Amino acid sequence: MAKPLSFPEDIFEQEMGQGMRPETEAELAEIIRVANGPFVVRGGGTRSVGACEGAVLETGGLSGVVLYEPGALTLVAGAGTPLAQVEAQLAAEGQRLPFEVPDMRGLLGCSGESTLGGVVAANASGPRRVQAGACRDSLIGVRFVDGAGTVIKNGGRVMKNVTGYDLVKLMAGSWGTLGVLSEVSFKLLPVPETGATLILRGLSDAQAVQAMASALGSPFEVNGAAHWPGEGTFLRIEGFAASVAYRAAQLRRHLAAFGALEIEEGTARWAGIRDVTPFHGRNGDVWRISVKPSDAPGLVARMRADAVLYDWGGGLIWALAEPGTDLRAALGAFEGHATRVRGAGPGAFQPESPGVAALTRGLRAKFDPRGILNSGLMGA
Amino acid sequence: MEMPAPNSLVLSAKPQIVARLRKVLPPDAVIEDAAETRAYECDALTAYRCPPLAVVLPRTTDEVSAVLRICHEEGVPVVPRGSGTSLAGGALPTADCVILGVARMTAVLETDYDNRFIRVQSGRTNLSVTGAVESDGFFYAPDPSSQLACAIAGNIAMNSGGAHCLKYGVTTNNLLGVTLVQMDGTVLEIGGAHMDAGGLDLLGVICGSEGQLGVVTEATLRILPKPEGARPVLVGFDSNEVAGECVSDIIKAGVLPVAIEFMDRPCIEATEAFAKAGYPDCEALLIIEVEGSAAEIDEQLALIKTIALRHNPVEFREAADEDQAKRIWLGRKSAFGAMGQINDYMCLDGTIPVSSLPYVLRRIAEMSKEIGLDVANVFHAGDGNMHPLILFDANKPGDLERCEALGADILRLCVEVGGCLTGEHGVGIEKRDLMGVQFAPDDLEAQLWVKDVFDPRWLLNPAKVFPLAVTASRRAA
Repeated sequence: MAKPLSFPEDIFEQEMGQGMRPETEAELAEIIRVANGPFVVRGGGTRSVGACEGAVLETGGLSGVVLYEPGALTLVAGAGTPLAQVEAQLAAEGQRLPFEVPDMRGLLGCSGESTLGGVVAANASGPRRVQAGACRDSLIGVRFVDGAGTVIKNGGRVMKNVTGYDLVKLMAGSWGTLGVLSEVSFKLLPVPETGATLILRGLSDAQAVQAMASALGSPFEVNGAAHWPGEGTFLRIEGFAASVAYRAAQLRRHLAAFGALEIEEGTARWAGIRDVTPFHGRNGDVWRISVKPSDAPGLVARMRADAVLYDWGGGLIWALAEPGTDLRAALGAFEGHATRVRGAGPGAFQPESPGVAALTRGLRAKFDPRGILNSGLMGA
Repeated sequence: MEMPAPNSLVLSAKPQIVARLRKVLPPDAVIEDAAETRAYECDALTAYRCPPLAVVLPRTTDEVSAVLRICHEEGVPVVPRGSGTSLAGGALPTADCVILGVARMTAVLETDYDNRFIRVQSGRTNLSVTGAVESDGFFYAPDPSSQLACAIAGNIAMNSGGAHCLKYGVTTNNLLGVTLVQMDGTVLEIGGAHMDAGGLDLLGVICGSEGQLGVVTEATLRILPKPEGARPVLVGFDSNEVAGECVSDIIKAGVLPVAIEFMDRPCIEATEAFAKAGYPDCEALLIIEVEGSAAEIDEQLALIKTIALRHNPVEFREAADEDQAKRIWLGRKSAFGAMGQINDYMCLDGTIPVSSLPYVLRRIAEMSKEIGLDVANVFHAGDGNMHPLILFDANKPGDLERCEALGADILRLCVEVGGCLTGEHGVGIEKRDLMGVQFAPDDLEAQLWVKDVFDPRWLLNPAKVFPLAVTASRRAA
């Protein structure tokens, strides 16, 4: 029998004003259980996409590292734990989150403190995604509260786990529509000793995507491949010093057909690619388009954006377009999806095929039967 | 092992069901004769057997869709089957089910090196996926030890792993898209050659759902460029604890081997008697493999050597050439065969946090002594995926029962220290009734919702994964 919870007086009063900020998972569950209106679920509010209405429900109070075992490459932390705090703690042990979390504040023009739960809800993954996988690939466990106020756990703190259905993956990138995350667990990787950035200049978009494909298809472990039209085509390698030097030399030979390869020490440049700094301070809608890499140049030609940045070897296109442009109309049918990450109006998320949309609706109705979690987000 | 009583209505409708299946499939693709269906009565968990009502072996997605539509209309349970290598009973039939085997769906549909993927029919074997791309310098990373025989369909159903997961991940990390046929025959494309999901990550929950959400007929798989080379070292220790500490120190030092395999004394002795690999006489040994160019391998192995020597190993053995490298792997690769020579065995698959390794090994040794059955341990130490082998004699009354009891106790121990029941084999029927050890009722209920949505009538592989009592009302509906 669950004990009745007592809350500080102001927890429910906040519903009328700024929002609610539970300090424990049990409080979070109780708030949702007794709710009579919709919630806008928020971590740090630094990577919101699309809009929905309701009382703000913040997870920032569910903060703190629960377990960090460097020798097991494992971290467990409250969903509201600030990303920056975790990154600092990992760096002190020479480790990191493998998927290179983008900082979207500059692009979205917002401030605030990114949280781990928000990172998971957005499946936020940077340039290293091409080699190390996305956030969902490093996420090994979750605890969350569903739309009825029930606490649910899935996965755990070990990296190989096939016990039951993988709801961990389902929660990654679900944008708070299936439940409110309270705790997340990650597999980590060591920070390499050093890194280098290899640069090709003057390539057309099509040539650049070919060069990136050639590099990513080589055994030299390229873990970043981006193209900034007009600026250059960038490849990243990381590892022990001698290995980085060896692979840089090999790649110079491997990519000789694409021109002279400049070798830049270090990887500082990649934060800018990760955070899409070329678009910072510029007006317009921002789109994020996930495609088969070799389709990218053709799609870019069709979309007539004001500016683009290719990441993931061409598999991810960032596009800056006139406000209100429906970029999907210009793209036509293509394999992949387009999300408007900045800009007003409905339709931020790509509409799904009828069969897939039916499954999505079914899952949301099960996990959030009253439709109170980020209702209206993700096209449902 | 309890299985649900077969539906008598389905049993008595067999002639009609078979006739309808014959209308949508070629003559050789429907098997109903009792002598022939017997070949499908079990998978690699051979202790449990039951011939199915019928077996179908379709060749295309359209045929799979037609079969499922008929079974849906007739209310017939369907058990999907890859190559039947499940160690968990994932493909075990019930008497009222149709086995849907994908063994004839083996085609490579598309190979794309620029975008680094291959699209195959799901009956293709794991190793032959690599076989299709290796002459061009690529490979498919997940490498379950049954890879010569096991099908991609089964790999996706169980989210299979292998020895090289530490670096390359498991099936779910290497799967880009599937063609999924739902129980009512609806064909869906989920994912594809692009890298991530536009909406909910349905692919993520389909992978590892043990054939309960739909039948995967085609898969888009990530392929990777082959490393320039790989080389193992062997390190022997005089205690399990020290070997465990060495693993932890290597990982902390920032080296990321592609594999760290661990064998304990009972396992070393058994494989030595069988394969004569020349392993040292010691309590625990590690096989650590790294990849890269020759110089990169030298650098990583030098670092590993420095760390290992700090732990006073009984032996640190390097491979000067390909032949010596093979000898290092020889014992490990023949471990299961060696065990089979001396005994019947049950292979467990729990995962534990790497830090609990010494404690768990000590407890397993104590439990083994108490119950009077030997346990040999061989496992993927880098990721904590254990494979304790419990040795027993199937001809000795009571031995199997004692073995099952010890197995359950060991898996409970894995959960107790923060791990899980199964790291790569799947739940199937084998660990079905232990699910309550790892999950609270609400945790299980949330998983059942997913099946409710994908397969509302609960006809796909319905008696697996979850305790029968938990799913009874849904299966009966």
